[in-house]
Amino acid sequence: MNLDAKIPSGPLAEKWTKHQAEMKLINPANKRKYEIIVVGTGLAGASASAALGEMGYNVSAFCYQDSSRRAHSIAAQGGINAAKNYQNDGDSIYRLFYDTIKGGDYRAREANVHRLAELSVNIIDQSVALGVPFAREYGGYLDNRSFGGAQVSRTFYARGQTGQQLLLGAYSALSRQVGLGQVKMFERHEMLDVVIVNGRARGIISRDMVTGEIKRHVADSVVLATGGYANVYYLSTNAKGCNATAIWRAHKKGAMFANPCYVQIHPTCIPVSGEHQSKLTLMSESLRNDGRVWVPKKQGDNRKAEDIPDDERDYFLERKYPSFGNLVPRDVASRNAKQVCDDNRGVGTSKQAVFLDFRDAINRLGKPKIEERYGNLFQMYEQITGENPYITPMRIYPAVHYTMGGLWVDYNLQSTVPGLFVLGEANFSDHGANRLGASALMQGLADGYFVIPYTMGGYLGSGGLDKVTTEHQAFAEAENSIRGLTDKLLSINGSKSVDYYHKALGKIMWDKVGMGRNAKGLTEAIAEIKAIREEFWQNVRVLGSGNELNQSLEKAGRVADFMELGELLAKDALHRNESCGGHFREEYQTEDNEALRDDDNFAYVGAWEYTGKNSEPVMHKEALAYENIHLSKRSYK
Amino acid sequence: MGWFFRTFYSTIGKKLIMSLTGLFLCSFLLVHLTGNFQLFKDDGGEAFNHYSEFMSTNILIRILEIGLFLGFALHMTEAFWLYFLNKRARPVAYAKNQASENSTLISRTMIWSGSIVLVFLLVHLKSFFFDHRIIGSELTMYQGVVQAFQDPLYSWFYVLAMVLLGFHLNHGFQSAFQTLGLNHKKYTPLIKTVGLLFSILVPLGYITMPLYFLFTK
Amino acid sequence: MKLTLHVWRQKDAKSKGKFAVYQANDILEDMSFLEMLDVVNEELIAKGEEPIAFDHDCREGICGCCSLYINGRAHGPKRGITACQLHMRSFKDGDTIFIEPWRARPFPVIKDLIVDRTALDRIIQAGGYISARIGSAQDANAILIGHDQAEASMDAAACIGCGACVAACKNASAMLFVSAKVSHLALLPQGLPERESRVLNMVAQMDKEGFGACTNTGACEAECPKEIKITNIARLNREFLRATVI
Repeated sequence: MNLDAKIPSGPLAEKWTKHQAEMKLINPANKRKYEIIVVGTGLAGASASAALGEMGYNVSAFCYQDSSRRAHSIAAQGGINAAKNYQNDGDSIYRLFYDTIKGGDYRAREANVHRLAELSVNIIDQSVALGVPFAREYGGYLDNRSFGGAQVSRTFYARGQTGQQLLLGAYSALSRQVGLGQVKMFERHEMLDVVIVNGRARGIISRDMVTGEIKRHVADSVVLATGGYANVYYLSTNAKGCNATAIWRAHKKGAMFANPCYVQIHPTCIPVSGEHQSKLTLMSESLRNDGRVWVPKKQGDNRKAEDIPDDERDYFLERKYPSFGNLVPRDVASRNAKQVCDDNRGVGTSKQAVFLDFRDAINRLGKPKIEERYGNLFQMYEQITGENPYITPMRIYPAVHYTMGGLWVDYNLQSTVPGLFVLGEANFSDHGANRLGASALMQGLADGYFVIPYTMGGYLGSGGLDKVTTEHQAFAEAENSIRGLTDKLLSINGSKSVDYYHKALGKIMWDKVGMGRNAKGLTEAIAEIKAIREEFWQNVRVLGSGNELNQSLEKAGRVADFMELGELLAKDALHRNESCGGHFREEYQTEDNEALRDDDNFAYVGAWEYTGKNSEPVMHKEALAYENIHLSKRSYK
Repeated sequence: MGWFFRTFYSTIGKKLIMSLTGLFLCSFLLVHLTGNFQLFKDDGGEAFNHYSEFMSTNILIRILEIGLFLGFALHMTEAFWLYFLNKRARPVAYAKNQASENSTLISRTMIWSGSIVLVFLLVHLKSFFFDHRIIGSELTMYQGVVQAFQDPLYSWFYVLAMVLLGFHLNHGFQSAFQTLGLNHKKYTPLIKTVGLLFSILVPLGYITMPLYFLFTK
Repeated sequence: MKLTLHVWRQKDAKSKGKFAVYQANDILEDMSFLEMLDVVNEELIAKGEEPIAFDHDCREGICGCCSLYINGRAHGPKRGITACQLHMRSFKDGDTIFIEPWRARPFPVIKDLIVDRTALDRIIQAGGYISARIGSAQDANAILIGHDQAEASMDAAACIGCGACVAACKNASAMLFVSAKVSHLALLPQGLPERESRVLNMVAQMDKEGFGACTNTGACEAECPKEIKITNIARLNREFLRATVI
């Protein structure tokens, strides 16, 4: 299969404008004849539903939460990038484009990223118009902060709740359309399958999570904005409900899955406190500006941090990276923390943590200064751990928190299934092998507010859509297979809970497909995942029935999908014999432990095709052509 | 007029009526108290009788009296209406509820303090309005007061009602300003202080009367 | 530690519910409250009993899903946090804990501890937005908003829509929720063109849903996990007065 990204011709900076001008339009009177299904109501889904509804399409929006306002975009803290250059510090659309490509370790598509950078400015305008209370300077102008390595200040923020405020902005626009009857909202509904008729996505099968009713929904196009798959690791910074079911089942219906192995692991999270741990909480990366990372030099040292003298402490980042010290990039910091813990020098009861110590900063700057800078983070930390970080060093450990991979999409954000569009974290398109901070919000809103309204018109306007109803055979088949799956899960009645299997899967993923990967571990992981999956289908216990609110049943379906996705993720990681961005293969590193990319052999997008339950997936390559940027080594020295 | 009824039919509209009538009744409390202080004048009740005569015959006062009556009626009607609406908003009560952790007992029991004050009001009206003004009595108003307050039961009930009125005012006074949308860090502390003083001093002023007659006459 | 839990169990909206008593053993103080419930649920599943259903998602205090009335308090005994941020070190060995769903007529119980809060969404749909057509916005810096004004707006906008204010209010009033949205938008110049219709429509919807009236007890402010102030309710009243009488 030939993966045609449908990138418009012409100079990079003019591609999007040209494409907009060339796409088909649908006149206002005809828009109301089209039905569009949007699954997910995070930044991408809510903004897409609002925009499409406002244009006059009939939209049905679905979310598994009790309200469309609760999608996990809400948890993003830091900010959103935009090439406004309000700071007069040399920012530009090109610079944002360049930083994003480089940050993605040269594994993203140039045209998509440039469009993202172009649209970034409109997002800020639109969000302000919708009432997002971004931070302001005293003169009333928008304020910016610096973020994640960029040399310019281009990050807009609303305290530590930027994601929440942007989502509430999109949610309010969506709510307006719901009030007007343009969008029909289906809360507490999860999508269990996409329905393909004559090769096109024409609807979904949903489950009403309150009554258990399995419903068919027909439409002219289906948009998936269902987020990432970080919960394949069980423990991640994602919300408990975040799942890959929508994209995975679309994958099984023909949508290719690109670069599943690109997973971002964030270095500063509150560590696991025990077997009971259900999720992980991120602490802002900015803490590393003043905190020093260390572990005891001695293995298995159980003394309290305060009792360990300085010469028995190993400030390992400062030791190994004297020029960057504690401020090495995320992936390096994460990997090194793992290495010292593997060396039995981890701290805390779990031994899976390193210290982030503010003692010297407090001595140097005084407690009030530290409090002013990090007060709310310190409070949050104390709330969770019960320890006072002004006295005892913080314990931190890396955690999975974003997945760059996702369903393959072309320039129009359309997957390999015609009529099936994928937005936001659910697609693979803009971040390459590694995402820069404050760019996830930007991508979600760009896709929803400004890309899909055009490309959807382009698709629908091209015609060729047959009249289809829910009575079509394809709907009946999809519904039956979903009913079969539900019945199967309920009938196994084994001895272990769904969470047991999710945790077991997560452990394999984290240990062998986590921060440091190698061929041996990945091969083992693939076998282990298979084994645990087989056991799951023999021995899982899902109580209750399908005709009621049943949280175990919901989880069971999601975990079943994670078990398949996890295997693909490991296979992708195994095939990619290089290290790039969030994918670090221990075999491919420089002498000083830097990631060793292989542009000659791996400068492509690996898109996997599902070929059936018992056959191996097939990988297709989309070569990445860099016409504007010269590929170079990402150096931290 | 549609907007008028729509406005005052809404929950916020009802609360506006509560606050406006409440503040109006507060002004009455103050006027009534000031006038009644003439009971303490050592002239055998002459000034007081004169005052009550004026109050019951002056045409302007009589008109205001109708307003006062309406004020009471509205305040009470809305109070009970809101009470039942609010009850209905929570059909199933919590098995365990620690309301004391988040609010004061006084603020939660306005309907009860208000109801007891209402009972008092009815008794009070019977003794000093109905018996004197409607039926007519051979006693002067002053004599009537003295007689009533020499009954310990009556006087202590009066004291109790005034204490509850104090509670009612304690929450009601500042709450009325909040309902009117007046809450600002600049002047709200002043409103709260005035409200506190009002809720203590006004009932205290009233309480002095039965106690004075109970213990000195 | 060992705990005795009294948990509200209710099969669905139509069934009658009742309290069930569970013993929670081996609870560690580092567990979050919801992780404690996870442990109880795993034991229930092992015994073949249906686990307790409760709403939760982000488990970091921002999504507003969790909605537990714990020992007579919305989101439990500590102020300024959601139930998911509550940790078991706030309890001690041998404690008895009551866990109930939010109680309000507009929040019918769906199952066990899960209630339907879409009434709050309908209030937003009635007017809790700015009608800014997507694509039509002017440059963001064309609208100047003073620092303090933006901060005041943000204070109100921090609402997570969990419904704790309704749950804690003796009148099951949603005034704090409504006022937070009205304030957030009324404090911004972008929100002013629609200020009258917004407040009128939102209040009308709030009443239609059957929420109670505000009697200024302040319970909402005290139990709000985001510490939204009741000065917002005063602003709501002001906006309402402005839109109706003035």
